[in-house]
Amino acid sequence: MTKHVVLVEDETNIAEAIRFLLGREGWRVEMLANGSNAAEVIRAAMPDLVMLDVMLPGKTGFEILAELRGDPACSDIPVLMLTARGQARDRDQAMQAGVNRFMAKPFANDELLATVRELTAGRVS
Amino acid sequence: MPRESLTGSRIRERRVMRALKQANLAKQIGISASYLNLIEHNRRRIGGKLLLDIADVLGVEPQALTEGAEAALLGSLREAALAARLSDEDAARAEAFAGRFPGWAEALANGQRRIAMLERTVEMLSDRMAHDPHLAASMHELLTTAAAVRSTAEILADGDALEPEWQHRFHVNIDADSRRLANSAQALVDYLERGQQAQAGGQSPQEEVETYLEEHEYRFEPLEQGQDPARVDALIEGSASGLSEAAVFVLRGVLEQVAKDAMMLPLSALEAALDGDCPDPVALARQFAVPVAVVLRRLAALPVLGAGLVVCDRSGTVIFRKSIDGFSVPRFDTCCPLWPLFASLCAPGSVMYDRIGQLGRGQVQFDAYAATDLSQAPDYNAPALSRAVMLLLPAPAGDTSRPVRAVGATCRICPRTACIARREPSILAG
Repeated sequence: MTKHVVLVEDETNIAEAIRFLLGREGWRVEMLANGSNAAEVIRAAMPDLVMLDVMLPGKTGFEILAELRGDPACSDIPVLMLTARGQARDRDQAMQAGVNRFMAKPFANDELLATVRELTAGRVS
Repeated sequence: MPRESLTGSRIRERRVMRALKQANLAKQIGISASYLNLIEHNRRRIGGKLLLDIADVLGVEPQALTEGAEAALLGSLREAALAARLSDEDAARAEAFAGRFPGWAEALANGQRRIAMLERTVEMLSDRMAHDPHLAASMHELLTTAAAVRSTAEILADGDALEPEWQHRFHVNIDADSRRLANSAQALVDYLERGQQAQAGGQSPQEEVETYLEEHEYRFEPLEQGQDPARVDALIEGSASGLSEAAVFVLRGVLEQVAKDAMMLPLSALEAALDGDCPDPVALARQFAVPVAVVLRRLAALPVLGAGLVVCDRSGTVIFRKSIDGFSVPRFDTCCPLWPLFASLCAPGSVMYDRIGQLGRGQVQFDAYAATDLSQAPDYNAPALSRAVMLLLPAPAGDTSRPVRAVGATCRICPRTACIARREPSILAG
C-alpha cells in the first residue's frame, strides 16, 4: 500500500525536492507550508510519517510536535525533524519533546531516504 | 607597539595584581592620578626616578616594568596560580619557579595565556552567536538555501532520467536558489565585516559613544559650567563630527545627563569633598542634598577613583557602561541577575551596597553601590521610567572586612554550577 507522509516545510524548493524524492519511492506526500493547522491535518490524515521544519509561520515545529505527542492517537506517529537550527541544544530540545529523528540542513538525499525507510520500517497504511 | 612603550601597561598590570587603586599609587609616588592614568595607558613616557618609585611601591624590580618578557611571564604564572587556587605561599614562588625552570615556566605561561585568549573568544562568540538575532537569521537563511540547492543538485546529478517537466522545474529552482544563496552569503559577509569594523573602530552606536567618552576621559568641562542645551550642541558639533547619526543620538542623551548632574553636583565640589579613596555615596548625597544616583554617576567621572559604571533602564537593558578591568558587562547577552544593579531596579528608593567579584575573572573584588532614579521629568500618570545606576569601585587591597558575593557576567559563560539565579546551562560547565 502507498505510504503517506505529511511534510510541513515552508521552503517551497526544499519541499518540492523532498516530494520528488519520496514520490519516486512510492510515497504520497501531503505538503503544508504553514504550521498553524498542521496538527489538525495530521490528526485527520494519520500518516505513516511526519516531517517537520522547526522555523515555520503560524506555529513552530516544536509546538506541533508537542501537540502530537500530547494526543494519544498521534503519539506513535514517527516524526522526523529537519532544521537549519542544528545546534546541540535544539537537538536536545527536540529529543526531549519526543522526536524520532533530528536532521540538520543541509542534508544528503541518500541520508534522508535511509532515515525515512528506517523510521517507517514495518508501518503500513 | 615597541616594548618600551608598553611600560605603562605593565605598571597597570602589576598595580591591578596588587589590588592597588590608581589614586593610591599616584599619592604614594607624588603625582596626580590623572597623570598616572596617562602613563598606564602608555600616553606618557616614563623613566628615571619616577619609574624607580613606582617599582618600589609595587614591590618589583624596575626591569620587571620595562622588560616585557619577564613581567609578562610572571604575570601569566600568577594568573595560572590563581586559576589553580594555589595558596598564597605557593603563588609567591612564581619568580623562583621561573628562575629555576625557565622552560617549564614559559610553557605554563603560554598555556595560561592561551586559556585566557580562548575564554575571551568563547565569551565573545557565545555572546554573539546566541543572542545576535541578525546573525542567527542570516545563518538560518544560508543553511536553508544551501539545503534546497544540495537536494536539487543531487536529484539532477544522480543519473536517473528525469521527466522533462521535472528537469525544467528543478533547473529553475536551482537557478533561483543559487542566486539566493549567493545573495545570502554576500549579506552575511557584509554583516560580519561590519562587525569586525565595529570591533576595530567602534561602529555600533553604543561602542562609538563609549570610545568617544573614553577619549574625553568622561569629563566635559563646558558642561560643568551650567545646564545650557547650547553647550551640549556646541560640544557635539565641535567634537563628535566623526560619529554616526545613531551614536550622536545616544551621546546627546549621555551629555544632557552629565549637564543635569553637573548642575546639581559639580565635579570640582565633589573632588573637594572626597576624603580618601573610599567615598561614601550616601554621605555625599546627604552632604550635597542630591539623589544618590547622581552621586554615583559623578563619582564614576572622577579619574582618581578609577571606577566603573553600569546603567540599565526599566527593562533591565544595559544602556551605558564605563568599563573597568575585572568586571565583564555582556554586549549582546543578558546580564547576571545577582548584580546589585538589578536588586536596586526592583527596590526603587533603596541604595544597595555589596562587595562582589565575578567568577573566573581573577577574583577582582569591587565595592558595588546601586541606586535608581527616573529618566524623565515628572508628569501626571506617566510611566515611571526607572533607571538603575551601579558604581563599581575597586575594593581596598587586603580588606577582608566584608564578605564577597560571587556574581557572574552571563549564565552561558559562568562556571558557577550551583546558582539559584541560573537561567540556562553554562557552556563552561563540567
